[in-house]
Parts: sequence; structure tokens; C-alpha cells
Amino acid sequence: MAHAADSLVVDSVTGVDVSLEVAGTGARSLAFLIDLLIRTILVTAWYVVATLVYNGKFSLQTPDDPDGTWYLYVATPATLIYLLYHTVLEIAMRGRTPGKRMAGIRIVARNGSSPGIAAQLVRNVFRLIDSFPVGYGVGLFTCLVTRDHVRVGDLAAGTLMIYENRNTLSTRSLPAASNDRRLDIATMELVGELLERWGTLEPRARVRLARSLIERVTGASPDASADEASLHAQLERLASPARAQGARS
Amino acid sequence: MSDDLRDQALRGALLERTDLWNAAAERARRLMTGHAKDIADATRMVDDYRLLAHDLARARRLMPNSRAREFLEAAYAQAHTTLHRPVAHIGYALWSLFRDQIPEAIRWLRPHILWVSLLFIVSIFVGGWMVHTYPDLIALFASPDLIATVERGELWTDGMLNVVPSSVLSVQILTNNIVVSLFAYCAGFLFGLGTFYIVGLNGMMLGAIFMFCRQHGMDDELLQFIVAHGCVELSVMVLSGAAGAAVGEALIRPTTMRRAQSFQIAAIRTSKVLGACVVLLIGCGFIEGYVSPDPDFPFWARVVIGVSYWLFMVSLLRGYPLGRSRSDAPIEA
Repeated sequence: MAHAADSLVVDSVTGVDVSLEVAGTGARSLAFLIDLLIRTILVTAWYVVATLVYNGKFSLQTPDDPDGTWYLYVATPATLIYLLYHTVLEIAMRGRTPGKRMAGIRIVARNGSSPGIAAQLVRNVFRLIDSFPVGYGVGLFTCLVTRDHVRVGDLAAGTLMIYENRNTLSTRSLPAASNDRRLDIATMELVGELLERWGTLEPRARVRLARSLIERVTGASPDASADEASLHAQLERLASPARAQGARS
Repeated sequence: MSDDLRDQALRGALLERTDLWNAAAERARRLMTGHAKDIADATRMVDDYRLLAHDLARARRLMPNSRAREFLEAAYAQAHTTLHRPVAHIGYALWSLFRDQIPEAIRWLRPHILWVSLLFIVSIFVGGWMVHTYPDLIALFASPDLIATVERGELWTDGMLNVVPSSVLSVQILTNNIVVSLFAYCAGFLFGLGTFYIVGLNGMMLGAIFMFCRQHGMDDELLQFIVAHGCVELSVMVLSGAAGAAVGEALIRPTTMRRAQSFQIAAIRTSKVLGACVVLLIGCGFIEGYVSPDPDFPFWARVVIGVSYWLFMVSLLRGYPLGRSRSDAPIEA
């Protein structure tokens, strides 16, 4: 296991190391705030609905002398939702919560695997220390000063947060193999990326980019009368000649 | 063939495998959430892992700044996580926890349990001695309301059930006890000082309040209230304190090259004891809510409940209820 700048490099049985990009304090804070918001909404929703049912009328008034039923159905579940949100979801979602998903990060053990249940529990128990004195002060401080941007709970559990690279994995613009010697890998990727974003670009911008790319690859400007569709088709042929040939035949 | 031509050919050959990479990434993602089509689908992940490793190694050399390499890095990391994820059988995990792991942790913690018990007992005597010698010091340990109630010749627990129902009382008590236990454990992070503070303070409070009640002829009533739940509750306090002390010791005297690693090993190992503590405190909460404040329970019944529950605690910590027997070889810590 070794560290490059803000990344964790883990040895693997294949001999090819795994490189994980460590999430910074900003991404962690964003995930925490989103989760806090979700938690608050869930607790409030539960409290409102349960109180309405308990009161039997359209009133959110807390009873002056609450009985066991009120504690059992209103207060206790709301408290449990708030306190156990992270613990339960992180175990169920294998190191993620809705907030972490939205921020594009997740928890991993130091060997790159998903952390076990014991590690997840320890990580959450130590929130008691991290939340001191207010607003996760200790946790924020340790995130800022430690190399892997971890809080005390992560130190205790041997975990850290990494970026999920979901965007990288969802890409469809991987270049296909080409025998065309004029195409280097960077150009092929540019062509693929332009095709992927074709629908989201302004018509004038995509025509300009397509012309420029075709000129770069072929060394000659495309026909001035070529319309969008023909430029798109030309790019398709450049990106995947084999597929384009198959489609033509 | 020149190096340039060879690399060009290798790049071409590599890029012909993009469909395989996509399939591998998709399989890794699917298996991460546990949705394998069949066993062959799951075992294919191992081949995918090798394929991605092989291609990534080439991509790092042939096209280090390409999106193809980025894709492979991400897919390889995901495949690694998927293949190395721990088994998630909650039932088996709990069974193993209570049968093997907790007894192992308790065995490892024995010296800490001994020392923290000693600290707790000494603190009880110190608290009692302080109030015996300087009665005014009770104000350090008890609230003015509690002091006034005892001075009136009543115990603050009298009529508790008339104020709060047993169910609510139980939940409040067990929540409070669990939080105190977790604090005693986590405070070990401060090189054990926090744990010593919490254990010592609780011991002194117990001794001081007992002595204060004794001075007002109410020690028997207090003992009667405490005995049913106190045997286990105080033992659990010592257990969580011992776990915290072990965490603190790991920081003071690291057992590995790095202090952080030693802290992590101790935290994971001792955290298992907290699982047992939480279970036992839930039982204590119900006894404290339903039995302790109820005047209908005679003293002998309270003693029987307290001692029986304590014996159950001892057997739970040794793994007996889940089939572990005395003849089983001791687990080496």
C-alpha cells in the first residue's frame, strides 16, 4: 500500500496495483450536508405523520403529558431514524449513503475492499468524538490535517473515503480500434466525446467542432455544403470504421 | 518493426477489447449489489479482474493520458472492491460474534478488566470516604433536588412509576446507559484519560451517593433499588471502560510500527465487546424500568434477578449460550 498525492495505491494479487482517488474534505462535507438534510426531512416527516395519527385530528401539538404510546410511536422512531441513519445505510449500501452517492464518494477499507460490519460500526461509534465540541469540529479538524482526509472514526475503523469514478465508468466515448494510421488515441477520444455530446451541444458549435476535427484527421476541409447529418456520419465512420462498414453493407 | 509501429499495433489490439471492458465493468457493478445471474456469472468476475489488470498495465504504458486508461483504472478499482468485499451473512456474523469473537476479545481484555475494576472499586471507596469525611461534598456529586429528597427521608426513586410509565422509563434508562458506555469506550481515544475520567467519576458518584443515603438511614432502600439491575449495569460499565483503556493503551504503547495502526487494531478488536454491552444494557433497562422501582418485588426476588442476570452475562461473554463449551480450546488472543 502506498500513497501518491491524494490517492491510495493498493497492491493486488495480479501484480497490477489499484489506484484509488481519496476524497477531500469538501466532498465529505457536501455528502454530510446532503445526508443531514435527508435525515432532517425523514425525521420531520415521521414526526408530523405520527403526531397527526396520535392526536387523531389536524394538530401537531405535542401532548402536555405524553404517555407510553406517544414515546413508542412518535418520539422513539424519530430519534432512531436520526441516530441510526448513517450506521444502517452504510452497512446496507456497502459504504454509501444517499448523500455520499450524490457527492460521488464511498467508504472503503485500506485494502480497497468494502469495509466489514465491525469497521462500519466502529466508524459510527466514534462520531461521538468527531462531533465534539459542535458541528463535527474534531472530525473536520482531523480531516483537514490528516494525509488521507479522514476523521477519528476512520482512523479507528481503518477506512477512508474515495471518489467513485461513476462518470468515468458511464462514458460511452471509448474509442474503438482503428487501422487508420492518421488517428492517434487522443483524436479518437475527441471524436468519441464529440459524438457522445452531439445532442447537448448548440448546432453551430457542434458543426464548427466537427469541421475542425475532420480537417485535423483528414488534412482537408470538409465540403462547405456538408450539413450536420453528413458531418455526424463522417465522424461516426472515423470513430468506428469497422462498425460503419458493417452498417453500410 | 519500429517501436512506434509496434506500440500503434498494441494500442489497436487493446482498443478492440473495449466491449470486454464494458462487460467487465457492468458485471462488477451488478455483483457489487449482489445480483449475480448464476455461479458462472460470479466466477467470470475473476477472469474479468485478470483481463482488466492486464489491459490496464498496458494502457498505463501505451496511452497514459487517455480516457481509455481512466476507464480501465475505474473498472479495475470497482472489480477489486467487488472481489474483495466481505461476506455479508448477518445471521452468521452475529453467531460468530457472540460465540467466538466476544469471548476472544474478553480474554484479550482480561488485564484491562482487572485494572478498570480496581479503579472503579477504589473510586467508590474514595467517593464514600469524601462524603463521610466532608458531608458537604455531596453537592459535587448529586443535584440539589436529589439531596433535598434524601434529606426529607425519601428516595428519589420512590413513586417513579407514578410519574413515568415503565416502558418509557426503560427506554430512557437504556438509552442513557448505552450512551455512557459508548462514551467510556470512545474516550479511550484520549490516550485512555477520558475513559479513566468517566469510570472514576461514576465510581465516586456511586460511593458518594451511597454514603449520603447511609448518613440518612436509607442505604438499605438504595441497595434494594439497585441490586436487580446494578450487578450487570456496573459490570458493563467496567467492560466498556476496559475496552476504552485498551484503545488508550494501544496509542500509548503501540504494538505495531505505526501508532494509528495499533489504535485501529485495538478499536476493531474491542468494539466486539460493545456489542455484548449494548445487548446487556437493553436487559438492564427493562429491569430498571419494570422491576427496580416496583415496591411489590421483595428483596430476595431482586437478588435472584440480579445474580441470575449477572450469571447470564458471564456465560454470554464466554459464548456458552451459543454452543461454546468449557472443553473448547481457548482462543488465542
